[in-house]
Amino acid sequence: MARKNADGYLSAKESRRISRENRKVTNVFEKQRKRKNVPESEYLCEMKDISNVIEVEDLHTYFFTDVGTVKSVDGVSFSVPIGKTIGVVGESGCGKSVTSLSIMQLLQRPQGQIVSGEIRMNLGSKAYDIVKTPNEVMQHLRGNEISMIFQEPMTALNPVFRIGAQVDEVLALHNPDMSKHDVRQRSVELLDLVGIANPERVYKMYPHELSGGMRQRVVIAMALACDPKLIIADEPTTALDVTIQAQILDLLRRLKDRINSSIMLITHDLGVIAEMADYVVVMYSGRIVESGTAEEIFNNPAHPYTKGLMASKPVVGRKVDSLYSIPGKVPNPVNMPDYCYFKDRCELCVGKCAGEYPPEIKLSATHTVACYRYVDKEGETNG
Amino acid sequence: MRKYIIKRVLLSVLILFFVGFIIYCLMRCLPTSYIEQMARQRSMQPGSKSFEEWMAQLSATYGMDKGLILGYFGWLGNVVRGNFGDSWYFTVPVVEKFHDTVWLSFVMGFISFFFELIIAIPLGIIAATKQYSKTDYTVSIIALAGISLPTFFFASLLKLVFAVKFKWFDLYGLVGRMYDQLTPMGQLLDKANHLVLPIVTLVVCSMGGLMRYTRTNMLEVLNADYIRTARAKGLSERRVIYHHAFRNTLIPIVTIIGGTLPGLFSGALITETLYSLPGIGFTSYTAMRSGDIPFSMFYMVFLAILTLTGNLLADILYAVVDPRVRIS
Repeated sequence: MARKNADGYLSAKESRRISRENRKVTNVFEKQRKRKNVPESEYLCEMKDISNVIEVEDLHTYFFTDVGTVKSVDGVSFSVPIGKTIGVVGESGCGKSVTSLSIMQLLQRPQGQIVSGEIRMNLGSKAYDIVKTPNEVMQHLRGNEISMIFQEPMTALNPVFRIGAQVDEVLALHNPDMSKHDVRQRSVELLDLVGIANPERVYKMYPHELSGGMRQRVVIAMALACDPKLIIADEPTTALDVTIQAQILDLLRRLKDRINSSIMLITHDLGVIAEMADYVVVMYSGRIVESGTAEEIFNNPAHPYTKGLMASKPVVGRKVDSLYSIPGKVPNPVNMPDYCYFKDRCELCVGKCAGEYPPEIKLSATHTVACYRYVDKEGETNG
Repeated sequence: MRKYIIKRVLLSVLILFFVGFIIYCLMRCLPTSYIEQMARQRSMQPGSKSFEEWMAQLSATYGMDKGLILGYFGWLGNVVRGNFGDSWYFTVPVVEKFHDTVWLSFVMGFISFFFELIIAIPLGIIAATKQYSKTDYTVSIIALAGISLPTFFFASLLKLVFAVKFKWFDLYGLVGRMYDQLTPMGQLLDKANHLVLPIVTLVVCSMGGLMRYTRTNMLEVLNADYIRTARAKGLSERRVIYHHAFRNTLIPIVTIIGGTLPGLFSGALITETLYSLPGIGFTSYTAMRSGDIPFSMFYMVFLAILTLTGNLLADILYAVVDPRVRIS
């Protein structure tokens, strides 16, 4: 790991040494990835629970940067049941998006690598471990079985192609036996489905001719085109104004029920989570600090960080001079301490907090928290 | 669209008028004057008139006795009637001399431009898609070498290796010694053979810039959100790069290509001189050096017209490749 000199800057020599070591590490991963004709048996796996669409277990995703290794996701485990919505909350840079990009295998390689862990994807008759799935197979899953809605609708569509061509592309790619005419018809249907008025006209338009909300609808149409089993929505409403937000969320929920898929909703907006999610995962600095059903998290938040998040949410009708904010900053991702990452900002520290990272403690069958304050209360409180 | 083009063309005519005037002023202010040289020569002959008398007579003959503005309008008046005058130095009509020399330069320019495009753009794209790999570094080094190598040095190097050592090509000239005895096909091949080294020189020395430009643009496009969307659709890497990214990289490249239009006709002065090719670059240089105002005026105004056309063309192409740009 990076040793810094007195000024806090890396010397050129240090930096060179780090990038050399990084290259050594990433080359091993890249070689593994680049193999051709990987036998299916290598990435076939068994789901722990057949009612889950995806199970993430002990996922470690690191970025090997020139200033050191950033452990963006450091031992994350959660699962998404079929037909349910799971909300992932946390502040910027806590690894929400990286988790979702890991599931899609869309990390910025070669710097970003899944170092260890499993992501089991339920495909009905069989299950794949996405971490080991080679790229050619992954291309059939992406857009087809798992699809993603990105946070920036303004830039998520290619500016030089017509809307129709971009929606057609997904359909034609994953349904090679569909005729051109059918593809077109289905695209128009999809545009209609996501609530675009006059879909025939929009089909022929370019992205810049549409508003942000309309573009996000198009992105959703593309994501839903092949009836995916899992939709990852990475802050789908962040860039939109509030009225459009509500419409988009409503749309997502309706469509999810229609094709019975699951949604992994990534956001830092607790209101959105409360509205949409069945289960909630709270992330902090690349780790899950608390997870449980939406009721448990909202009615009975256990981790000090979750409590802080709840407290910093503005409440309608209550007058305050300034909104609550959690003191301090997120620790530097390059040199993570070995104690609880939240310790330096925590107002509820206990003696044990100086020790190693707290274990996961089950408060109920579904509610877990990683905090020393609950070590003795295991199973006592019920959310 | 039509309205826009008409407006631009009219504006170009106005710009051209002033550009022509500036060029004319500069030509008249050149320290070498063809008339002065002639007058000096004649006055040196035994029993001749004095230098001043010759000056006055020659100035009147060549129409240089008027001031800058009147002189310019005189020139312009002739040009509008389609008369570009005779070249002083070459003593043939300007258009004829231009016609004789420009095609060689154009062929050279066009072929090297073609190779530049088909080498630089793909290499730039490959370098961008494999950023920081060995391929990327190799391409970057080639590009940098191409930018930094002076033409005269690289041309001399090529001559030393391929003309002197290997004797594959002649050292200079456009045709070989046996040219007149060859069949028409053989003559063509002979000329082509003589153009290989100049074209290689031109391509290597000019492709570096375009290569780096393509690489930078491609890198920018590859980091865009819509490329991630394309990948999330499950498209193959090939299609992501050569369909989604390439169309977007094309936008800035088209602007550059519009700007190269005058370059096709302007000739390559240094290369042509080094290989003793009678192209327009070399000819215009000779004309300029001897203060040949009619030829230089024609050549430069022609380039000005091409530059303006190139810009207009780039703007129109811009609207073609980028749907966000609508000309109105």
